[in-house]
Amino acid sequence: MLRLIVQRLLLLIPLLLGLSVLLFAWVRALPGGPATALLGERATPEAVARINTLYGFDQPVHVQYFKYLGRLLQGDFGVSTRTGRPVLDEFLTRFPATIELTIVALIIAIGIGIPLGYIAARRAGSFIDHSSVVVSLIGVTVPVFFLAFILKYVFAVELGWFPSTGRQDPTMIATHPTNFYVLDGLLTGEWDAAWDALVHLILPGIALGTIPLAIVARMTRAAVSEVQNADYVRTARAKGIRASRLRGEHILRNSMLPVLTTIGLQVGLLLSGAVLTETVFAFSGIGSFLAEAVFNADYPVMQGFVLMIAIVYALVNLFVDVSYGLIDPRLRRQQ
Amino acid sequence: MTEIADNKTPDGPVDAPVDAPVESPADAPADAQADAAAEDVVLRVENLAVDFRTENGPARAVSNANLTVRRGQTVAIVGESGSGKTTLAMAVLGLLASNGSVAEGHIWFKDEDLGHVSAQRMAQLRGTELGLVPQDPMTNLDPIMRIGQQIDEGLIDNGLRSRRDARARTVELLDEVGLPDAARRAGQYPHEFSGGMRQRALIAMGLAGRPALLVADEPTSALDVTVQRGILDQLAGLTQELGTAVLLITHDLGLAAERADIVVVMYHGEIVEQGPARQVLTAPKHDYTKRLMAAAPSLASRRIEIARERGLEDVLDDALLAPGEEAAAGTVAESDALVQVKDVSKVFTIRGSGLLSRSKDFTAVDGVSLDIPRGSTVAVVGESGSGKSTLARMILDIEKPTRGTITFDGGLVGAGGHKDQIAYRRRVQPVFQDPYSSLDPLYSVFRAIEEPLRAHDYGDAAARRARVEELAEQVALSKGQLQRFPAELSGGQRQRVAIARALALSPELVVCDEAVSALDVVVQAQILQLLAGLQDELGLTYLFITHDLAVVRQIADRVLVMQQGRVVEEGTVDTVFDSPATDYTRTLLDAIPGKDLELAL
Repeated sequence: MLRLIVQRLLLLIPLLLGLSVLLFAWVRALPGGPATALLGERATPEAVARINTLYGFDQPVHVQYFKYLGRLLQGDFGVSTRTGRPVLDEFLTRFPATIELTIVALIIAIGIGIPLGYIAARRAGSFIDHSSVVVSLIGVTVPVFFLAFILKYVFAVELGWFPSTGRQDPTMIATHPTNFYVLDGLLTGEWDAAWDALVHLILPGIALGTIPLAIVARMTRAAVSEVQNADYVRTARAKGIRASRLRGEHILRNSMLPVLTTIGLQVGLLLSGAVLTETVFAFSGIGSFLAEAVFNADYPVMQGFVLMIAIVYALVNLFVDVSYGLIDPRLRRQQ
Repeated sequence: MTEIADNKTPDGPVDAPVDAPVESPADAPADAQADAAAEDVVLRVENLAVDFRTENGPARAVSNANLTVRRGQTVAIVGESGSGKTTLAMAVLGLLASNGSVAEGHIWFKDEDLGHVSAQRMAQLRGTELGLVPQDPMTNLDPIMRIGQQIDEGLIDNGLRSRRDARARTVELLDEVGLPDAARRAGQYPHEFSGGMRQRALIAMGLAGRPALLVADEPTSALDVTVQRGILDQLAGLTQELGTAVLLITHDLGLAAERADIVVVMYHGEIVEQGPARQVLTAPKHDYTKRLMAAAPSLASRRIEIARERGLEDVLDDALLAPGEEAAAGTVAESDALVQVKDVSKVFTIRGSGLLSRSKDFTAVDGVSLDIPRGSTVAVVGESGSGKSTLARMILDIEKPTRGTITFDGGLVGAGGHKDQIAYRRRVQPVFQDPYSSLDPLYSVFRAIEEPLRAHDYGDAAARRARVEELAEQVALSKGQLQRFPAELSGGQRQRVAIARALALSPELVVCDEAVSALDVVVQAQILQLLAGLQDELGLTYLFITHDLAVVRQIADRVLVMQQGRVVEEGTVDTVFDSPATDYTRTLLDAIPGKDLELAL
């Protein structure tokens, strides 16, 4: 197990190096060079020359790359050209919002997806089974932004049950030691702030969780269908064990192996920021910030965010692989 | 999240009585009860019919079955796959697949009709009064739960032991079935057990509740013969000691003859014959039983039979059959060996498990030499792990030998480049064990046979079609079957497809790795006959890899016995079978079930 973790962390090094080369080359390959990209197409030659000297764009490419790499290693991801703040700071203030949203989306996806898939498989051909198929199909086919708009229009605008935008009521006075708003409210004892932050997460959480819900439900259904007909399940029944033990210890636990991989991939995707959902709900996570960076040609933010998202994605997948080994003893050896 | 899930049972037999017309004469149950008490009858199946719901309406899998099992008795149900023997046994345990149900008749267990009790009652009986030893030890243990825990849970849920005392009892049970070092083994996972050890654990599981009736569904068919014997002895000893009645399901007549008091023969869902074991097997009355007896791999060599048919008695004197004409015309030098294996070893490196632990070497094949004469059949036998499959893989040029050389028709195997390798693959073809998984389910029979022809650029589409049809004819497949898919074929038909595919490129050597082990005896006999015929017709050379000695006797000229990577004995089939030189070979021969049965025939 330890060997796996060390191996995978070592593998992360060449991966990130390769990605840094790509990101570096991408900005250097922009039409007119990085200075023009920074200043706009109407920049005077003098201004371009000044920027080139200032940022070292006039030096040989490999020298530039190693300087860039050196800064990365010190945690310096550059400065946002739009906000003027360090890219790392921008990431760290917004990432907690994305994590909160991801957790809510996952609770919805797993909390509904697994039971739905399980029941559908155990009662194959029943009404619940057929409706689960329909729900999954809707889940994967409805575009996220459309679903987000519908949810916002019906439940926020028309019914007024939930707030329509943001992470917290702007009039609310609350302190934020960790930037996880719900957690902050709980830590500081500002219950109303915690509740308000939680309520703000519901609609975007549903919008974001629907696709993973559909995928998790389908995977669970497929896995349970197979496992419940496995020889060892029949043998377990022949032993006369309690039905709850049969379901929990034998059927569900074995079914979770493929589902876990799916969930891991989904977590990676969710954590990389939900551009559309965050934009519709004006939710200030990394997704909406990255989108704004793209519209404003904020290259340092794009470069830095992509790199950090890659790290997060790799770590999440490592975590999933490790937990896979925890459930399945056969994989511990091989790993 | 599980509690919302079904709290009603998903199990089979509950819904059975609803749509089933139950015809029960008022006096029948009373009589059955009286008899049961009087005669020590544990199980009495009366006029049982089992239906499976299908898209085309109910399909009857078992009809009009009657049988009785008494205390301490072993009753064997014999039949080929699809004969309904397993369905009958599962109906007794209430473990039919969810679309199966008891349609008619009764299953009297003591004084209850198991065909019509509630699912709850059935669950109570399983694990206490009824036990199961399932067929395949590889798939019948939960792969992610420790062995001990899998036995503990039965003891706890059936109220036999408290949570605290269960483990001690589990260790006793594992010890009882002959598992060495049971306390430590109980903490291991199934993948850390060998097949034989798993089967022992399954027996411990089946007997944990000291059931009155144990259903043993092909309990050893997936195991090597020597392991088989040990496990069957253990099972027989234990059930005798405990007075357990055993319902033994098997396709192996020899096994039934050796282990059962009563033999019940099933065919197409019906019991065609039953009676005391010796009587049924030595004086079969029904045609099907006679056919089954004739097809059972006997120790009389198929080659001898073929020779007799042609009146070539003289070839029997020469153990090594005369090689074909081509050998005589071809290389005059050294020998007529098509394949020569010289002092070949294969060492695998096993990676250590810890972060810093060293890797270890494992010698799978250790200094093996053998010659395969052209046009002959050489068999390599041994238990799993003896290195026989690794040897075959080296001859197929799938693995490279660590030491030693393999020559084919005078040329060194694996010495040339990629092109030589492809040319070699044309001349040497494999037929693998499992006809169910070695055919691509999405390829039609035609495409499966045509594939090697395409891969080696054989002619145009019309030429390939002609060749495929020719091959199909050789292996006795009809033209209509060429358009079918593997799922629509029986095991025997699939193996014919696999053989046709292997023959497509007119190879000189065909390597059969357990090619008939997964088939029923009747089908096995047909395929062996087909292979013998093809050898005659096409001058093929066969290398047979098998653990089944009865098959070896039927088809091979020479036999090599392997144990732990080495050849421990080699000779003509007759010498090895009639006067084995090593104890190991003798053990293998003794372990063939029903070895002495033929004497009675």
